[in-house]
Amino acid sequence: MQTIDMATTSLRELNETLQAQSQATNQTQWQIDNPKGSHAMAVGLDAPIEVTIKGSTGYYCGGMNKQAVITIDGSAGPGVAENMMSGKVVIEGDASQYAGATGHGGLLVIKGNASSRCGISMKGIDIVVHGNIGHMSAFMAQSGNLVVLGDAGDALGDSLYEARLFVRGNVKSLGADCIEKEMRSEHLEILGALLEQADADARPEEFKRYGSARQLYNFNIDNASAY
Amino acid sequence: MSDDPSARTTPRKSATFSDDVNSDIRRAAQTGIYDIRGGGAKRRVPHFDDLLFLGASISRYPLEGYREKCDTRVTLGTRFAKKPIELDIPITIAGMSFGALSGPAKEALGRGASDAGTSTTTGDGGMTEEERGHSKKLVYQYLPSRYGMNPDDLRRADAIEIVVGQGAKPGGGGMLLGQKISDRVAEMRNLPKGIDQRSACRHPDWTGPDDLEIKILELREITNWEKPIYIKIGGARPYFDTTLAIKAGADVVVLDGMQGGTAATQDVFIEHVGQPTLACIRPAVQALQDLGMHREVQLVISGGIRSGADVAKALALGADAVAIGTAALIALGDNDPRWEAEYNALGTTAGAYDDWHEGLDPAGITTQDPELMARFDPIAGGRRLRNYLNVMTLEAQTIARACGKNHLHNLEPEDLCALTVEASAMSGVPLSGTNWVPGRQGY
Repeated sequence: MQTIDMATTSLRELNETLQAQSQATNQTQWQIDNPKGSHAMAVGLDAPIEVTIKGSTGYYCGGMNKQAVITIDGSAGPGVAENMMSGKVVIEGDASQYAGATGHGGLLVIKGNASSRCGISMKGIDIVVHGNIGHMSAFMAQSGNLVVLGDAGDALGDSLYEARLFVRGNVKSLGADCIEKEMRSEHLEILGALLEQADADARPEEFKRYGSARQLYNFNIDNASAY
Repeated sequence: MSDDPSARTTPRKSATFSDDVNSDIRRAAQTGIYDIRGGGAKRRVPHFDDLLFLGASISRYPLEGYREKCDTRVTLGTRFAKKPIELDIPITIAGMSFGALSGPAKEALGRGASDAGTSTTTGDGGMTEEERGHSKKLVYQYLPSRYGMNPDDLRRADAIEIVVGQGAKPGGGGMLLGQKISDRVAEMRNLPKGIDQRSACRHPDWTGPDDLEIKILELREITNWEKPIYIKIGGARPYFDTTLAIKAGADVVVLDGMQGGTAATQDVFIEHVGQPTLACIRPAVQALQDLGMHREVQLVISGGIRSGADVAKALALGADAVAIGTAALIALGDNDPRWEAEYNALGTTAGAYDDWHEGLDPAGITTQDPELMARFDPIAGGRRLRNYLNVMTLEAQTIARACGKNHLHNLEPEDLCALTVEASAMSGVPLSGTNWVPGRQGY
């Protein structure tokens, strides 16, 4: 286990050290102490390493991550795991706005609640939230899966493209062009696998699926009132 | 009624209800939808044509053309970046997307820019091999849509341009219509083929200058603080936007006036939102000067740059470099009269064709149609762009030497006068024949 203490290490040194890890590194376990809400921690990683941050983080922790497994033993500020490409980010606490924004791949697990715009413009990432999510989540979400064990706020999935949304609790309201859809066997299969990977105590059958009605895919003046 | 012609008035059309206006009304009544088009503002606005250089006189002596050196080099990104971009000429190629443009057109931009010693810029839709492979200096746009965004491309870029806005539509996003969404475009953007692709109007994971500062920190951390970070803004509130961009940590501010083009948006947006390029430069320069950042944070001006004279005037007003988009497309062959018959078939004429979003471009530049694309030769196109950039540079040098300057950056507002009251007020240089600048005291 390699330990980096942010009380005595600069952000630049932290990221430079973690980014320098190669595919074949044998230093695969990292612990970051005293994060104190620092921004842009563990960003741009691209190696099969495990990083545990012992405390809460500021903006954009795990941004553009590839391969690495990052665990935040606390809560995360805005834009956690933004534009993640692959790997895994786990937040033991809550996540602020824009969690997993524009993510292209990988798995984001939020064990607490997520604030507004969770999964905004997601492009292939999978997100599992054990608690609730805020308003405008999955706005313009393109692909990937958003799983919510709790409730969803207003305007879920507004202007959604092809992302799949699974919610176990209540949805306060659906956004433009987002509708409830039939849960078929292939969806139960996807959902079951994600729940298992996210260590979530729930059964796929308890969820409802939401997706795009695909009515706004090509501009039609008759739909102008939908916006 | 008398047959005597002198007894009748000539038919008189309304200036308010002109032929153009009336056709807009008829089109709206017929279709029920607003007009979408490409390009920048077509209305007449005060511009660089309304400024003149004074040239040398008894108090200023000129430099010898063809003999005495007039430097054109510029370095962008000197504030924080470990690897600033060094360009031979202060004329760059503005961001234009693969999707809006064909792959060969992007290749030609890279070829021409590289031959001329300058940079080109990606656009919405990600980085293509054509442009990375043919661009010695490539600026990677970081846009609200984040189509194709990934850390590997970020690291192989030479600079990063965070797009906050653009001159054609400050406050607006974009739409790439389904007919231009080929398999390749769809794959790069991670969306189904054939559907309209919305480019968001604001970034998904930050709002305001404080957040932007942290976003820049993240991008610098991902790229080892090597890349210059540009912030591109539309000509909305140039003094405040430039101030906030500097505060957020920009290395370079790119300021795009309303004549700057777009691939497609509503005509009403293009013509009625944003300020003319000429009106934006001096407030931006003032913001840089007020913060002691003029020349430390570089200013790139775009929106209606067409000639070496425009380049020289923008630099004289305080810019460090300019960017061209529409002019570069014309150099490649866009709107060329050789395709007049085909433009006519599309209901338009060479010089007026702006339905780039429909993907039917006879010149094969703003299309994804394989047959139309095949008309465009990227090697010849690149050569034409290089020639054009070289001519613009020679023109700017000609003017600078005539003003006694051994570097284009030594041009200054005192080398200029304005032909109109409006241009004088906007540019802050005196009205020709006077020492008067409207709205200012003690010039």
